[in-house]
Amino acid sequence: MPSSKSISVDVDGVTYTDDVEPRLLLVQYLRERLGKTGTLIGCDTTNCGACTVHLDGVSVKSCTMFAVQADGHQVTTIEGLAQDGKLAPMQEAFHQCHALQCGFCTPGMIMQSTSLLKENPHPTETEIREGLEGNLCRCTGYQNIVAAVKSVADGVEYGDSGVSVAESLVDGNAETAGVS
Amino acid sequence: MTATAETRPEIGTARLRKEDAHLITGRSRFTDNMVLPGMLHLAMVRSPFAHARITAIDVSAAKASPGVFAVLTGADVAGEQGSLPNAWPITPDQKAPAHPAIAVDEVAFAGEVVAVVIARSVAAARDAVELVDVDYEELPVVMDLEEAATDKVLAHTSLESNKSATWVFDSGEAGTGTANADALANSDVVVERTLYQQRLIPAFMEPRSIVVDPTGQQITMWSATQIPHILRLMLALTLGIPESKLRVVAPDVGGGFGGKLQVTPEEVITLLAARRMGKPVKYTETRSESLQAGHHGRAQVQRLKIGATKDGIVTGLHVDLLADMGAYLGLVTSGVPILGAFMYNSIYKFPSYHFECHNIFTNKAWTDAYRGAGRPEATFAIERMMDELAVELNMDPLELREKNWIKHDEFPFATVAGLEYDTGNYEAATAKAVELFGYEELRAEQKRRRDANEKVQLGIGVSTFTEMCGLAPSRVLGSLSYGAGGWEHAQVRVLPTGNVEVVTGSSAHGQGHETAWSQLVADRLGVPFENVEVLHGDTQVSQRGLDTYGSRSLSVGGMAVLAAADKVIEKAKVIAAHLMEASEDDLEFANGSFTVKGTDQSTALGEIALAVFAAHNLPDGVEPNLDSEATFDPVNFSFPHGTHLAAMEVDTETGEVSVLKYVCVDDVGVVVNPMLVEGQVHGGLAQGIAQALYEEAVYDDAGTLVTGSFVDYLVPSAPDLPHYITDRTETRATSNQLGAKGVGEAGTIASTPAIVNGILDAVRHLGVKDIKMPCTPSRVWHALQEAETTGGVQ
Repeated sequence: MPSSKSISVDVDGVTYTDDVEPRLLLVQYLRERLGKTGTLIGCDTTNCGACTVHLDGVSVKSCTMFAVQADGHQVTTIEGLAQDGKLAPMQEAFHQCHALQCGFCTPGMIMQSTSLLKENPHPTETEIREGLEGNLCRCTGYQNIVAAVKSVADGVEYGDSGVSVAESLVDGNAETAGVS
Repeated sequence: MTATAETRPEIGTARLRKEDAHLITGRSRFTDNMVLPGMLHLAMVRSPFAHARITAIDVSAAKASPGVFAVLTGADVAGEQGSLPNAWPITPDQKAPAHPAIAVDEVAFAGEVVAVVIARSVAAARDAVELVDVDYEELPVVMDLEEAATDKVLAHTSLESNKSATWVFDSGEAGTGTANADALANSDVVVERTLYQQRLIPAFMEPRSIVVDPTGQQITMWSATQIPHILRLMLALTLGIPESKLRVVAPDVGGGFGGKLQVTPEEVITLLAARRMGKPVKYTETRSESLQAGHHGRAQVQRLKIGATKDGIVTGLHVDLLADMGAYLGLVTSGVPILGAFMYNSIYKFPSYHFECHNIFTNKAWTDAYRGAGRPEATFAIERMMDELAVELNMDPLELREKNWIKHDEFPFATVAGLEYDTGNYEAATAKAVELFGYEELRAEQKRRRDANEKVQLGIGVSTFTEMCGLAPSRVLGSLSYGAGGWEHAQVRVLPTGNVEVVTGSSAHGQGHETAWSQLVADRLGVPFENVEVLHGDTQVSQRGLDTYGSRSLSVGGMAVLAAADKVIEKAKVIAAHLMEASEDDLEFANGSFTVKGTDQSTALGEIALAVFAAHNLPDGVEPNLDSEATFDPVNFSFPHGTHLAAMEVDTETGEVSVLKYVCVDDVGVVVNPMLVEGQVHGGLAQGIAQALYEEAVYDDAGTLVTGSFVDYLVPSAPDLPHYITDRTETRATSNQLGAKGVGEAGTIASTPAIVNGILDAVRHLGVKDIKMPCTPSRVWHALQEAETTGGVQ
């Protein structure tokens, strides 16, 4: 059996100390050892981004890091994003803009979108699209995801009518983005 | 207790989704999230060869590997695994090889399971896979569809031919039109083309995952499936387990697109392993396994002839298909091209039509339903052909279509393919699309760039389409030899608190049924949207259903929900009359309450439900529940339609293609939730554009899938796709009371030909006549080079 190593990681505000196999991926550690099943696995090649989390505040694909590399670091997953029972602005925007359907890419997409705005608080549509290049979605065709990210950048505040007011964000914009 | 009066009209309101709360916070219930006590894990040993005889398997080293409990081969389960089902024998003499979940003697595509390792952990199982020693005797492979049709190399040693079945429709014989050969012979112009539908992979984001728990009274399977009900029945029939001993649950399911409309070897294997071990067992595929061994889609060669008068009136269409089954027949593999057979005539009044399809085996993963299933192939072919004909006749492609399409005042219209289209308005959708698009301005810009011989040329792609949705009238399915019906089932229960439970047999995986069904029931029962709970995806909760595919959920499943709600109102009315000591005839139902006409005496549904629960004062013969169930079987398909226009830029020096503008106007009938409809259209467009520009499942000559990961199989990301401009027109469907037509597949069906027509329109004046999909920069560049060297100028 491969030898194990002791690590100590802060995940969503709780410090965990565990012995792990050196080959254990961070995403496997999160899902299988900590039960953080909100973070999902969609591929084996770092292409889909479903497993995106924040490591010390920066987005990383947790399938492309070993758990041992997170030793001594702070990890935030989709489960740690809402604070005091209140959704983070990006979570709220995804809901309001209908930026998810099956929801499988959503945790990674929200984590990446959050990170994107941290790096570039006022991106253009093209910059948003390029910033999400490493996260695949098969349901939405991306348009409403882009609208959600833009709405957070623009500081749009949503009411609690339960009805989407996001259509103007989506449709009023005839600007086209090129195919790269 | 009085129900809150709800004044907002539910039908047509963009209600935010109920489904979102748990998905945006990571409280998801995808199958792979599940952990059960003592759960074991599987890893599959898969054949690296596309066609080979298994001569020996040595599992001893794998069995001795740490953490391994057992290794099963095909021989170990040969007596119990049965043969995976094909539910659609399209002809009485359809040929198909036996399809064991674990191959016993022979493998027929790379990725087929030859053994399974059962271990304490996924890592232990995967480690041991490497230790299973399989001896193969390689057999010749046949990978190319047209070559397979010649039978020079056989995909299976057990079959004498690669031909599975031939299915023919001729309007002359069917009496729906004239004889096709005569029609084409008497045309002024006949255009003949061969088009290629490349092989695609559904590529849902959630890899398939299965957990089977054999403990307790019943065997429970959780599976990332679109079809829990069909899966339960098929597993029971395949494995000889009483249906009543099997419960299938589809928890959160991460997309399907037809790719999870299957009874898979992995589901059978996981069930057999769990039963054998007496412990819960989980299997989750890797992405590479998913791409390699999940079913693929499309993969057809379309040989087409279209005839017309010199004025552009189409005289007849002849379609001769080769359809690649891959190595086996899955659940509806054989029927996919037949779903297309009724759609080649599309929105047009063709007087004559001949369709024949030859289903052919190759040594590739088997094909089956992928978003649109047969209808995107048909629409691509006819819309490409209409553009080719327009070029031949030197006519604007929209003008040619208008000359041939069914006018809005000609509905209902009996088509040459034998369907009756109930309603539609192609003029209205096209006029709106043309206006949004700026058709004339873009044509002028196109001319300017051509005249100036600019590097980046502009083309306009037109795609008008219709599809048959709302699958399906059971009698029609019967006439097509499909193994089941097309009805849908629902239950509505008013609970003692006045809350309402809705049970639907249509199991969602991203579409938003919980939200839309809540709107339907809130509207019909007059209860608040928030007070409705929709249950689905578990055969112990939703006992009957035919699941989700074919844009059927709202127009069939939604109708069942409404019918059940109506029955609740009827039942409640009897009790309301009793409670208020009034005649039923004097009661009217509105906003969730029965009122005695002309008085202020009323009683709310919630009050009636509580009275029913107490059962202290019910009329004689009335059972103490406010539950109902209903099954809806549609009398006809529904026929969404639309006009899609794509302005495509082509860099003539690099072959790079980009979408300058994409406009679509869809008529999906009455819309319950415009936000959900918009989302379905967007996602559909993305997949259709992806077929035109990016995706293809590529095999090498030896039979290895080259595009076996997301590095090579190019699912588009955000910068690869344009901003879509969408709009709608609305004509009511008459096949269901709601007037809904279905929207799940529309975008995928319409967008592929719009994009390709646009690319060809941009470079046709340079001599390019066709470009195979996906239209990658390399293919576009080569087509341009070839046109230049052959001096091909129009």
